[in-house]
Amino acid sequence: MKHVDEYRDSAAIAAALEHIRRMCSRRWVIMDVCGGQTHALLKHGLESALEESLELLHGPGCPVCVTPAAVLDAATTLSLTPGVALCSFGDMLRVPGSGGSLLQARARGGDVRTVYSPLDAVALAAKQPDREIVFLAVGFETTAPATALAILQARELGLQNFSVLAHHVCVEPAMRQIAADPVGRVQAFLAAGHVCTVTGYETYHAFVHDTGLPVVVTGFEPVDLLRGLSVCIDLLETERADVVNAYDRCARPEGNPHARRLIESVFQVADVPWRGLGVIPSGGLAIRPAFSAYDARRRFGLDTTNTNEPESECQAGAVLTGRIKPPACPLFGTTCTPDTPAGAPMVSSEGACAAYFAYALSGEVTDA
Amino acid sequence: MCLGVPGRVERWIDRDPLTGRAEIDFGGVKRACHMACVPDAVEGDFVLVHAGVALTIIDAAAAEQTLDDMKRLMAPAADTTGAGTAP
Repeated sequence: MKHVDEYRDSAAIAAALEHIRRMCSRRWVIMDVCGGQTHALLKHGLESALEESLELLHGPGCPVCVTPAAVLDAATTLSLTPGVALCSFGDMLRVPGSGGSLLQARARGGDVRTVYSPLDAVALAAKQPDREIVFLAVGFETTAPATALAILQARELGLQNFSVLAHHVCVEPAMRQIAADPVGRVQAFLAAGHVCTVTGYETYHAFVHDTGLPVVVTGFEPVDLLRGLSVCIDLLETERADVVNAYDRCARPEGNPHARRLIESVFQVADVPWRGLGVIPSGGLAIRPAFSAYDARRRFGLDTTNTNEPESECQAGAVLTGRIKPPACPLFGTTCTPDTPAGAPMVSSEGACAAYFAYALSGEVTDA
Repeated sequence: MCLGVPGRVERWIDRDPLTGRAEIDFGGVKRACHMACVPDAVEGDFVLVHAGVALTIIDAAAAEQTLDDMKRLMAPAADTTGAGTAP
């Protein structure tokens, strides 16, 4: 597939790996923010190939992982409510809330449906006017335009039976929290390329100014990741704290103004709880009062403000902030596996624990 | 979650600013995607699609530049004279 295969070329990967090894005068600590990047680094064996040159930490960029149990519990309640169908992305269905997962709710008779896009849920609402269709919307700024578009289309279509249980989060405030961690060791960040496709990366200049940590906008294919790392190491080796775009075929300084307008028309910035990280100031998006008719919290009187999480030895919070790597958790690979996950990072296809379980537990990695 | 899949714009289905859609070819698999964020896309452009919504037009020149940079990196490995230098 064009714009994919050429960035997985094994000779190019080998050359880039060697280039990076030569660049490093010391073992730098770099955090990739996005779960998609975490999985690609492990799946393609890049982390282990660079083990002696770099320490890669994996950040909180897995929206499934940071969705609080209270939101999942509200979704479960809705799915079990007569006349309501709860729709979401497949990843969300296996995440344990305090009363089980949405898949378990479906087994108990709940109406839980997997959709590829929020717009598919709108189409479903148009087809089934006698059912309340609720879309459980999670995701970073990459996904928020799709949710905003769904709400705007539902309004345009005059749908009375569509609403959204939204838990959209924003990346940069979480990066600030990690950068401010007194025991944090991150020396530079790979910013999430697809978030930057929407938001741009101009806001990172203030972040770099405030934290002194370089930020490199980075893509998701192996060559993209190695390009991002290479730029990052160059900044570190030359002691330059700056913002550099290493994913310029998709990300532009100003992002996508059309996508940003969609977000801004439907959502407003809000203090939002992140599972494992607590409430992050300005860490997410809430549906504007003008669209309250489409806000499932108001429509069904749901309270998702409880930030208590089920008691567990699960170290998801420490994993999501890069304090520990997944194998350091006492549950990892023993009681916590993808089949019996104790925490969301083991469930999600983008969770760091799932990535380590799939690709790094035995020390084996797959070829690119 | 933030997975983005590149695909080629085959044909516009609907040009409405809010509900506009186009058929996108993902390496042989075709699907109608929402185009509200890329109203200027033309047939033949590659777009990055996430959750059914095209989020950006992929910049072909920037993509070429990335690949050229990559080839320059590979040059020293192929160069047995030892004269090549990495960028």
